[in-house]
Amino acid sequence: MKFGVIRFPGSCDEVDALLACRRFADAELLWHGDRDLRGADAIVVPGGFSYGDYLRAGAIARFSPVMEAVREFALSGGPVLGICNGFQVLCEAGLLPGALLPNVGLRFVCRQVDLVVENASTPFTRVCDEGDVLSVPVKHTTGRYYAPEEALDELEADGQVLLRYAEGQNPNGSARDIAGVTNRQKNVAGLMPHPEHAVDPLTGSDSGGRLFASLVAHAEALTPA
Amino acid sequence: MKARVLIRPKAGILDPQGQTVERALPALGFEGVHDVRIGRMVELEVPDASRIGEMCEKLLANPLIEDYEILVVER
Repeated sequence: MKFGVIRFPGSCDEVDALLACRRFADAELLWHGDRDLRGADAIVVPGGFSYGDYLRAGAIARFSPVMEAVREFALSGGPVLGICNGFQVLCEAGLLPGALLPNVGLRFVCRQVDLVVENASTPFTRVCDEGDVLSVPVKHTTGRYYAPEEALDELEADGQVLLRYAEGQNPNGSARDIAGVTNRQKNVAGLMPHPEHAVDPLTGSDSGGRLFASLVAHAEALTPA
Repeated sequence: MKARVLIRPKAGILDPQGQTVERALPALGFEGVHDVRIGRMVELEVPDASRIGEMCEKLLANPLIEDYEILVVER
C-alpha cells in the first residue's frame, strides 16, 4: 500500500504528512507539476498555503496538473484525504461540498481539539467506532465550514459528516460544529484539523494516526488475499 | 476594455470583517451605519467583456459563498 502526498509551491505540512503516512505504509511526495500519481493507492492533499493562498485559499491549486490526476483518481473511487489547505483545495475543486470561510474570530487559531467520529464506515475512519474522540491540533485562519442549510441537511442525512468538533470546542464558527466531511461516495474527505501532527504520543496525541491506519486497512481490504 | 468585478460575501453569510468595521465606526462619531459588508475588487483589461461572468463563475468568485457584480469602466 502506498500513499502519495502532494506538494504544491507553498505547502508546508507535506513532510509531516509524508512521515505520518510512513508510520503505516509506503509513501512518496508528488510534485504539483506531476501528471500521474505513480501508482499511489491513496492521496493526501496536505496543509499549507498553496500558491500563496492568492485570491481565495485553495483557488489556484486546483488548476495544477497533479490535481487533474487527483480528480480522475477520485472520480474512479480512489481515496483522497485533504487536510486544512488540502480541504480548501478539494472544496474549490468541487470534489467536496461546501466552502471554508475566515474564522468567526478573524484570528489564527492554534490549539488541540477533540473530534468526534460521526461516520465510522468510511475509508478514513474504518478503524474507529462512531462516537470515538480523536485529539488533534487545528491551526488555521480560514476554517469556518459553510454550506447552505439544505445542503447541510443533506450531508447529515447522507452520512457525509465525517468528524465534528466536540461540544464547546468549535474553534472557528463552523456550521453545525463540522470539522470534516466526505463526498457522497465517501472516497474523498477533507478536514481542517491536522491528523498528521497527532501521530506520536511525544507531541500530545497519536489518535490522528487512526485516519492513516484506516486508509491502509481500506487498501488491504481491497487487495485480494 | 477595462472592467471591474466587485465581489462580496453572499447575503446571509456572516461577515466578521464587516461586523468589526461596523462596530468601530460609532467610536469615530459615525452613528447609524449598518449592513457593512467587506469584499474585494478585481480590475482587469479584457478583450471581450461578455466572458467576465464565466471568469467569475470559474475563478474570480466562489459562487457558493460570494456574489459578484461586473462593471465595465472603459470601452
